[in-house]
Amino acid sequence: MIEIRNLAKAYGATPVLKGCSTSVAKGEVVVVCGPSGSGKSTLIKCVNGLEAFQGGSVSVDGISVGDPKTDLPRLRARVGMVFQHFELFPHMSVRQNLALAQLKVLGRDAAEADARATKLLERVGLAAHADKFPGQLSGGQQQRVAIARALAMDPICMLFDEPTSALDPEMIGEVLDVMVELAHEGMTMMVVTHEMGFARKVAHRVIFMDQGEIVEDAPAAQFFEAPASERAKTFLARILHH
Amino acid sequence: MNYHWNWGIFGEQVKGGGETYLDWLITGLGWTLAVSLTAWVLALVIGIAVGALRTAPSRPIALLGTAWVELFRNVPLLVQMFLWFFVVPEFLPREWSLWVKQDMPAKEFVTAALCLGFFTSARVAEQVRAGVGSLPRGQRDAALALGFTLPQAYRHILLPQALRIVIPPLTSEFMNVFKNSSIAFAIGVMELTFQARQMQEDSEQGIETYLAVTLLYFICAFTANRGMAWIEARTRVPGLIARTS
Repeated sequence: MIEIRNLAKAYGATPVLKGCSTSVAKGEVVVVCGPSGSGKSTLIKCVNGLEAFQGGSVSVDGISVGDPKTDLPRLRARVGMVFQHFELFPHMSVRQNLALAQLKVLGRDAAEADARATKLLERVGLAAHADKFPGQLSGGQQQRVAIARALAMDPICMLFDEPTSALDPEMIGEVLDVMVELAHEGMTMMVVTHEMGFARKVAHRVIFMDQGEIVEDAPAAQFFEAPASERAKTFLARILHH
Repeated sequence: MNYHWNWGIFGEQVKGGGETYLDWLITGLGWTLAVSLTAWVLALVIGIAVGALRTAPSRPIALLGTAWVELFRNVPLLVQMFLWFFVVPEFLPREWSLWVKQDMPAKEFVTAALCLGFFTSARVAEQVRAGVGSLPRGQRDAALALGFTLPQAYRHILLPQALRIVIPPLTSEFMNVFKNSSIAFAIGVMELTFQARQMQEDSEQGIETYLAVTLLYFICAFTANRGMAWIEARTRVPGLIARTS
């Protein structure tokens, strides 16, 4: 589903990705972790072309992201993305947030878009909040709306960029619950997160990044039981032992 | 002060007869409103477009926007009026030039409205640019990630938010349009200031004349201010910006 080959990116003279290669198969859940500044977010943003890259290639469902001939908006419409800071559109109601791209990008009619929105809001437990505005919701509720907004496009895979990092601790659970359910339904997911509980529970593979490199790319159980590199061991010890 | 007050002057016939001084001022007010409102519509349309261009990821496009802004805000408005009136027609193709100089209807009005509209558009563009720039970068990313094209992202996501943010400075610009329209008298638009000068010379009641004109300008600008405040209240997003008034 997602193929990343020798991906390289630099901001001026500062390299942020140094030849990263990995792949995510259909139905697979892959967690990407690593210290801050390791390039995780940049990597995931290259998958749908939000970040340009200078070397290597990325393809989604066989379509090359870096090819100038690729219709990027069309490809992105099929790849859901959830952001650290939710990025709901604050000037629109929750319902409009879910409907807008269905109407303008997919060309669905209003009734269809609204039906899809209602169904997804029920699914994330927020049907009662459909006519509120994002500013009137808690962080956890906003992030669940953001997931519903991405799902409303019927994506072939989902990208999560630190979806719980900006949340108060008591709201992390409600967002992870939605993500776990999604994983169990067989959604293809690439998730940048430090939630190792989530990774243990649903991830098929864990990718560990440091300083722009993929240091480790292993089945989840193996990564947690016996990390191969010193850097991964140190990282896990830091985030798990308190 | 040895001055012969005569507040009844507005009802008196002008020296040539046929109409009162009040008629002159009302005609002037009409042209002031026509120039100002036409210029404002022009300024909003061009200003929003140019302001958006200045925040575009493509550098040549952003530079184009910057060039527009710098062109119009670094030359005095009065000089711009003269440039559009006397200089620009000379540089048009021959037939156009002749048409503009001889046949163009309401030549003074059209020139003044265009000039004031372009001048104000540069200022509107600056504010729109600041408004778009103040939005979190994630908003653009989120819009693009959903499959919106960049123009769609501006149309549906970025500009509606940016414009709400810049309503207060835009209010000042709207008020400025009415005040700046007085410069149009210099190229012969028979707007309020033009009529006031004429009435002062004709009636020799300069103080009453300019006090009345002051009041009329004040009413125009103040109405613009209240209108924008109404729009601001109407477009306020629940839960987004705290009520400040």
